[in-house]
Amino acid sequence: MLFFEQLLNGLQLGVMLFLMSAGLTLVFGIMQVVNLAHGSFYMIGAYVAATVTMHSGSFMLGLLAALPAAALAGMVVELLILRRLYHRDHLDQVLATFGLIFFFNELTRIIWGRQPLFMDVPPWLAGSVELLPGVNYPVYRLAIIAVGILVALFLYLLFARTRLGMQIRAGATNREMVAALGVNIRLLYTLIFGLGTLLAGLAGVMAGPILAVEAGMGESILILTFVVIVIGGIGSVRGALVGAVLVGVVDTLARSFLPDLFRLFLDSSAADRMGAALASMSVYIFMALILTCKPAGLFPVND
Amino acid sequence: MRKTFVLVIWALFLVPWSALARDMKPVKIGMITTLSTKAGYLGEEIRDGFQLAIDMEGGRLGGIPLELLIGDDGRSPEKGRQIAQRFIKRDRAQILTGIVFSNVAMAVVPGVVRRGIFYLSPNAGPSRLAGRDCHENFFNVSWQNDSLSEVIGQYATNQGYKKVYLIAPNYLAGKDNIAGFKRYYRGQIAGEVYTTLGQADYAAEIAALRAARPDAVYFFLPGGMGINFLKQYAQAGLQGVIPLLGPAATDERLLQAVGPAAVGVINSSQWSAEFDNPANRAFVAAFEKKYGRTPTLFASQGYDTARLIGSALAAVHGDLSDRDGFRAALEKADFASVRGSFRFGPNHFPIQDFYVRKVVATEDGAVRNRLLGKVFSGHQDAYAAECRR
Repeated sequence: MLFFEQLLNGLQLGVMLFLMSAGLTLVFGIMQVVNLAHGSFYMIGAYVAATVTMHSGSFMLGLLAALPAAALAGMVVELLILRRLYHRDHLDQVLATFGLIFFFNELTRIIWGRQPLFMDVPPWLAGSVELLPGVNYPVYRLAIIAVGILVALFLYLLFARTRLGMQIRAGATNREMVAALGVNIRLLYTLIFGLGTLLAGLAGVMAGPILAVEAGMGESILILTFVVIVIGGIGSVRGALVGAVLVGVVDTLARSFLPDLFRLFLDSSAADRMGAALASMSVYIFMALILTCKPAGLFPVND
Repeated sequence: MRKTFVLVIWALFLVPWSALARDMKPVKIGMITTLSTKAGYLGEEIRDGFQLAIDMEGGRLGGIPLELLIGDDGRSPEKGRQIAQRFIKRDRAQILTGIVFSNVAMAVVPGVVRRGIFYLSPNAGPSRLAGRDCHENFFNVSWQNDSLSEVIGQYATNQGYKKVYLIAPNYLAGKDNIAGFKRYYRGQIAGEVYTTLGQADYAAEIAALRAARPDAVYFFLPGGMGINFLKQYAQAGLQGVIPLLGPAATDERLLQAVGPAAVGVINSSQWSAEFDNPANRAFVAAFEKKYGRTPTLFASQGYDTARLIGSALAAVHGDLSDRDGFRAALEKADFASVRGSFRFGPNHFPIQDFYVRKVVATEDGAVRNRLLGKVFSGHQDAYAAECRR
């Protein structure tokens, strides 16, 4: 029973990670730009949603305001800053976008103050349901899982079935050729970047009622997001999906069951400490294992 | 004759001037505190409480004019040390205060007090400074790190909880607090979980603790971690089902962010906005008027620190070259604390009363701490005996 519940928890964490990593991997794989500030758009999504929800009382309005806000912020950043960095070294990109993290954190502090914002679960998603006898699971977390599946489906259709998706894929392979065919590649890049930050914003909105909405909230999820991308294969949305779910499940199961495992042959307080230490490493060990077998990740793009 | 005349003129010039100069030169107090990072509101509370005491006296403390220098350590020990250097060498500050975090305090305080500078801590109270590394120039005006968890441990014992589940982050203060809880708790431990510092999602831990079926849950998760935990605990349907106990878990700023999900949490404190003594009534009213929010216990600690410094400055008439006199005056703690009774133990940590508070929803829809009762009277920390000067 507990195992099933923890599996769901892992899936739910995985879905959040997918929303983050899908956008990041698109930008990374297609535009060849390392964007450390991706977590900032997650934060912007959460802040805007919390503010609008607080004032209007409606979670849906918060969601509807936050998505364009995150996309817009992303496109502005792309236009003003990242555009100048495409032909620069990756190190320059890392430096610039690392600076952006500080910029956005300070900006949110100036606008909203140091106090974390309050955001509650919408009433129609509150409470929990009994999935199996004895397993009560919060409805809101089920909703997160559902949103993640919908987004995965949407991205699949976008890339596989639409003209825009085709252009994006082509643009990734040969930028000049696509431009020569009359596609506005600059606009295309701005749009992709906006889509990526919109997904990050969506993750932020979903996280708002669960987590503290505060400056710097994007950094903690960013590291796991990068782990997901590396595991899944850089630039692959499918890889991001599989990687995210794997990372979510591995992390959750390790945290919940490693201490019990150690308790079999250690006294309980030592087991708890050992288990906690190993659990926090589990994701990275898992990443190392995957990379030794498949150095380019699970679904390498340029095979 | 002429020589005498000149001397008299000189004397006339010098005497009042030097006396005047002494009066005009304010005492410099350096405040190193955490104003940036996610924990920045803690330093803000301490600073605002401290500044309030100065403002209420019209820019003075104990009748002595003073200058408050403020530096932001950004939670970094190294930065804290740099600011301390600057305050002492360049600004010639003679009193330092303000540090929020124990690791910063451990990096700054020992070097400072050895040079004859006074340090009064409005928050950080690491066990080393209470015991082995205590110093005659170090004073703590808040509580030793373990104390608030000891209160929760005693409360759990008093309530007759048989099985308590413990959860804290895997770092020094987390382990100290769990040790403090265990020192006074007489029941069984249903589970002891150490999470990553700064962890955001507690779904796995909450599922495991529900499966363990404890009588109560003890959690030490400062700042944003606590907000996340409380929200998710309520969403999992455990709010009000398994009682939550935490040391200083829900200050007034955190309550704003957590909202109704915090209702029912039992937390320990040495202070409450509800204390009905003249000093506290004046403090709370002035704080709310100036800053437009209810003060937290951290603000009360900043305020008390300033008032204590004022009492000692008055005793030596602002002459800090009289170190022994100033120290003796601090030890006397002759000021009206917002906590009511307040005195120092031999290790310069307070011997004081501790209370538990419960978070309640008020009629106007707000969420507040309500005083539940006293747990310890005249409580001393566990390290005082180790302090030998």
